[in-house]
Amino acid sequence: MTGIAESGGVLRFLTRRRNEGRIHWTDVATWMWLISGLILMFGPVIWLGLSSLKTRAALTEFPPTLLPLATKEVRVEGFANPLPLFVVKLEDGTERELAQVRRVGIRARMVDPADPTKTFDVPIEARTAVREVSPAWENYTEPLQRFAFVRFFGNSLFVTIVATIITLIVNSMAAFALAKYQFRGRGAIMAFIVSTLMIPLSVILIPLFMVINGLGLFNSLWGVILPTVATPTGVFLLRQYMLTIPDEMLEAARMDKASEWQIYWRIILPLTAPALAVLAIFSVMWRWNDFLWPLIVLSRQELFTLQIGLSSFAGELNVQWHYVLAMTFVTMLPVVFVFGLLQRFITTGIAGTGMK
Amino acid sequence: MHLLLAPVRWLMHLIGVPLGWVQRTFGMGGMAAVFLAPNLLVFSVFIVFPIGVNVWYSFTGGAALFPAGRVFVGTEQYDLLLACDSYLDPFSCRQDRFWKGVHNTAFFVVAQVAAMVAAALITALVLNREIRGRGFWRAVFFFPVLLSPVVVGLMWKWILLRDGALNALLVSLGYQRIEFLTDPQWAMFWVIFVSVWAHLGFYALILLAGLQAIPHDVYEAAKMDGTPAMRVFWRITLPLLWPTMLVVLVLASIRAVQVFDDAYVLTGGGPGTATFFIVQYIYETGFAGAARNLGLAAAASMLMALVLVVLTLAQLGITAWRDRQEGKR
Amino acid sequence: MKQFMTAAAVTLTAATFATGAWAQAKTDVRIMWYSDGVEGQVIRELAGRFNQANPDINIVIDEIAFPALVQTLPVQLASGQGPDIARVVDLPGLAPHFLDLRPLVKDPAYWDANFGAFLPVMRPAGSNAITGYMTQVTVTGPFINKTLFEQAKVPLPGPKATWDEWAAAVKKVADATKTPIPLAIDRSGHRVAGPMISYGAKWFGADGRPAVTDEGFRKMAKRLVDWHNDGTMSKSLWGSVSGRTYRGANEEFNNGQVVMYMSGSWQIGQFATQIKDAFDWVAVPTPCGDVTCSPMPGGAGLVAIKYTKNPQQVARVMDYLASEPVLREFYERTLFLPAHKGIAEKGLNFRTDVQHVKDALSTFAAQVPTISPDAFRINSYPLQTQVFGAVITRLGQAVAGELPLEQAYARIDEDIANALKEAGR
Repeated sequence: MTGIAESGGVLRFLTRRRNEGRIHWTDVATWMWLISGLILMFGPVIWLGLSSLKTRAALTEFPPTLLPLATKEVRVEGFANPLPLFVVKLEDGTERELAQVRRVGIRARMVDPADPTKTFDVPIEARTAVREVSPAWENYTEPLQRFAFVRFFGNSLFVTIVATIITLIVNSMAAFALAKYQFRGRGAIMAFIVSTLMIPLSVILIPLFMVINGLGLFNSLWGVILPTVATPTGVFLLRQYMLTIPDEMLEAARMDKASEWQIYWRIILPLTAPALAVLAIFSVMWRWNDFLWPLIVLSRQELFTLQIGLSSFAGELNVQWHYVLAMTFVTMLPVVFVFGLLQRFITTGIAGTGMK
Repeated sequence: MHLLLAPVRWLMHLIGVPLGWVQRTFGMGGMAAVFLAPNLLVFSVFIVFPIGVNVWYSFTGGAALFPAGRVFVGTEQYDLLLACDSYLDPFSCRQDRFWKGVHNTAFFVVAQVAAMVAAALITALVLNREIRGRGFWRAVFFFPVLLSPVVVGLMWKWILLRDGALNALLVSLGYQRIEFLTDPQWAMFWVIFVSVWAHLGFYALILLAGLQAIPHDVYEAAKMDGTPAMRVFWRITLPLLWPTMLVVLVLASIRAVQVFDDAYVLTGGGPGTATFFIVQYIYETGFAGAARNLGLAAAASMLMALVLVVLTLAQLGITAWRDRQEGKR
Repeated sequence: MKQFMTAAAVTLTAATFATGAWAQAKTDVRIMWYSDGVEGQVIRELAGRFNQANPDINIVIDEIAFPALVQTLPVQLASGQGPDIARVVDLPGLAPHFLDLRPLVKDPAYWDANFGAFLPVMRPAGSNAITGYMTQVTVTGPFINKTLFEQAKVPLPGPKATWDEWAAAVKKVADATKTPIPLAIDRSGHRVAGPMISYGAKWFGADGRPAVTDEGFRKMAKRLVDWHNDGTMSKSLWGSVSGRTYRGANEEFNNGQVVMYMSGSWQIGQFATQIKDAFDWVAVPTPCGDVTCSPMPGGAGLVAIKYTKNPQQVARVMDYLASEPVLREFYERTLFLPAHKGIAEKGLNFRTDVQHVKDALSTFAAQVPTISPDAFRINSYPLQTQVFGAVITRLGQAVAGELPLEQAYARIDEDIANALKEAGR
C-alpha cells in the first residue's frame, strides 16, 4: 500500500466522471467549500500584505481602508509646505475642496487652493480628508537599509540548508537501522526517540544552553544547527516509509556482494525519496522559522538570522507595527516562494507518505 | 545532473571504505550501531541530557539558573502543583493557574480535535472528487501549514482586534462591534478556529491518502445499486477510512495538548485566563521575564509529559494494530 | 641560501608582528540594544562617530527585540557570556553581573556628580560601584485628548484633582462625544503602582519585606475593577491578555478613541509622529489620591558587563557615550527625559517643532519632584518584577471577572510569598 503503487489507481479513479452532465447537490457543496477555503486561507495573508503598506498613522484608523491611502496634499500659493486637502461641507450646505492651513481646537482654518485669498473657519466635524492611494514602501525600505539584510538572509539560508542536509542524512541512517535490522533494544530505542516528542522545547532551553556553552558553540551558527538535526519526527516518518520497502530487494543486493553502506545510499535512499522530500520541506520550514533558540545562542548581529534581525521592532513600551507587519511579510515570502515552486511535490509527497 | 552527483558518489565511496572494514569485522550488528550512532549521539547530547537536567530541576528550588546553584527540595514542587481541594475547581488549588491551564487544555483538545477532524475530513472528501485544478486546491488548503506560529497568530490578531478588519466588516454591514479577544467564549472560539486553520491542510492530506487507498470497485457497486451519496459515505467511506482517522485523531491530540505559540500571540492567554494553556503556564513560570521559577516549571512539564506519553503509547498501539490488520488483508 | 632564510624569517616575523599588532589594534565593543523608537538610529550614529575618531575600537550595536532581550540576556549572563555593554530595564535584578567602572573611567567624580541619583539602583546593594548611566528616565503620567474635552464642553479638572474627579470628567466627555474608551491605563504593575501609592499604598511592611495588599493598595484596586465594570475603562486592555503581559493603548489613543491615557513620558515621541495634527494631546499632572499625587519613576540604563574581555576599551566607550555633549545630543534627538544632572539643570533644546511635545516634556519634568519615596523604594527593589507580576496577573483576573477582589488579594500575597521563598533559598 505504498504511495507509488497507489497513484496508478488514483489516476484511473480521477479520469472517470461522476454523473455525466447533471449537477448533484454535492457538486454545489464542493465548490462552496473550495471557494470559502480560498478566501479564508489567502484572505488573511493578503490583508497582512495590504496593511504592511500603510503608514503608521493609517494603521490605527478605524474603519481600516482596504488599500493604503494617504491624505492628498496640495501646494497653495503663499504657503511654504504642501497643505492637506479636505472636502468641507459649508454652512450654506454646499461642498467644496479646501486646503487646511491649521487646526485650533475644534475649529479649522481652511483656504481655497484656487484662490488663496479666500479663507474659511469651519468646525472640524464638517471636513473629510481627500485621500489617494499611496503605498508606504518606506516600511520595507527603511528597515532593510538600516540592517545588514543580506547578511541576515545569508545566515538564515546557511542554517536552513546545512541543518536540512544533516537532518536528512542522520535521520535516514537511523531510520534505516531501525527499519531493516533486527537487534535487541530496537523497540526500546524507537519508543524512546518518539517519547521525547512529548517535552515542549522551551522546557529544555536552559540546560541546552549549558551544553552549547560547554561545547564552545555560543555565538556560532553551528550552535543553532546541531541541536536540531536529530528530530524524532524525522526518524519516525522515514522509518515508517522504509518499512514498506520489501526486504527481498536488500537480500538481492547482498547476494550481489553489495556492502551495507552501498545498500543504504544506492537502494534505500532513492526509494525513500518521497518521504525525504517531505522531511526536507518540514525541516526547511522549521529552521527558517526558528526564533527562540537562535536568539539565545547568537548575540552578535553579524550572526543574526532573518527572524531575529527583523524582529527588533518590538520595544519595551512601543511596538512599531508598521515595521513589524512589513518584516513579517518579508520573512514569509521565501517560504511561500519555495512552496510555490515545489507545491505539487510537497502535497503529493505527504499524501503519499500517508504517515502510515 | 550527472556531473553534479559525481562528487556525492565519490564521497559516498570514500565513506564506504572504513565502513566496509567495520562490516567485515563486527558484522551486521556493528553496521546497525554505525547507522544509529550519529543520530543517537546528537540526540543524547542535545535532547536527552537536557531532559535529564530538567528532571533534576523538578526536584530543586532556588533562583539559580544552572543546576550547580540549585537546592534539592524533594517533591516540594510537585506537592505545590498538586495541592488542591478539588481538581474540578481550579480556584481551590494553590497553583490555580496551572489547573486553569489543565482545564482549558482539556477543553481545547476535545473541541479542537473534533473540529479539526471534521474540517479535514470534509476537505479531504472535497479534494478527492473530480474537480478541476486539484493540485491548486490541495495547495490552497496546505499553504498555512508552512507559516510559522508567530506569523499565524499575528496575522489573525491583526484581523480580530477591536479595530481590526473583521469588526470593520461587521460595522459596515450594520452590526455592532464585537470584542472578539475580550470575550472569553469568543477568544476560545478564535483560538480553536485559528489552530484548525493553520493545521487543517496537513491532516486533510493524510486523510486524502486514506481515501485514495479505498478500492474504487466498492463505490462502483454502490453506484450500480443507486445508493444515495450520504449513505455511501456513512456505510462505505467512513468505516474503510477509520484506521487513517485514528492516526489523525492521535496526532492531532498530541499537537493540541502542546498548544501554545499561535494562541499566545493571538490572545496572550486572556481574557483573564480564558485561553491560558499548560504550556503557557510552564513558559511563564520558568522562562519568560525576570521572575523565573525553574523548579515549578520543570515539575509542571514532567506532569504534562506523563499525559502525552499515555497519548503516544495509544498511538503506537494503534499503529501496531493497524499493521497487523493490514498483514491479515 | 642562509641569507635568504634570514631575510624570509625577518619578513615573516615582521609580518606576524604587524598582523598581530593590527589584530590587537581593532577591539570590538559590543552593545546589546533595544529600541522603542528612534534611539537605535541615534546611538548608531553616535557610535559611528566614535569609531571614526578611535581607529583602535569598533563599537558594534547588536539590536534585538525587547522581549527577546529580557529572555536571553539573563541566561547568557548566568553562564558568564553576553555582550560588553547592554541596555537593561531590570537593573536591580541583574546588578550582580555589572562591571564596576570606578577604577576604569577617566573621572569618577563626573559620574558621581551627574548620575549619582541613579547609581544606587544600578549596582549590587552595599557597593559604591559605577556601572553605567541611564539612557532615559521615565515618569508615569496621563495624557488627554484635549480636543474631545473641547467638543464636549467639559472643563479640564485642575492640577490637584483626584482620580475620582478625572474619572467622572472623562466619562462625561466620552458620553458626550461617543468616544468608546473614557480612561485607559497601561496593563502594567508599574503603571498602577503610582496611583496606589497616591492612595497610601506602602508596598513594604515594617520588617522591610513586601507587604503589598494594604489599605491604600485596595482603595485603588477597587477603583480599577469598578471603572472596568461601569465602562470608564475598557476591558480590551486589562481583560484581554493573561499573566503579566504588558498591553498599551497607544493605537487607540492615537486614533482618538481614548479620552485619557495613563502611560508615561516615553510615549511623547511616538505621539508626535503619529497623531500629527489630528487632535490636541496634552500631558496633565498626575491625579491625586487621598494621600499624595505620586507618579512612578522608571527608565532604562546602559551598563557595562563584568564578563567583558576588554574592560579598558569598554570604559573608554562608556566615557564617550556618557560625556555631556554626546549625551545631550542623544536626549535631545530621542526626546527622552535626561538622567544627567548637569544637562537637566542647564536645560535641553529638544529637537522637535511640535509644540505639544515641548509642553508635554516640561509637564513630565515638573512631575519628578512629586515622586514619593515609596515609589523610589519599590522601583529599586530587586524582586520588583515578581511583585508587579503578581499584582498585574491577579488584578487582570479580577477585572476579567474570574476572581473576586478579596481572593485576588490573597493570591497576590501568596504568589509573592512563593517568589520570596524561591529567591531566598
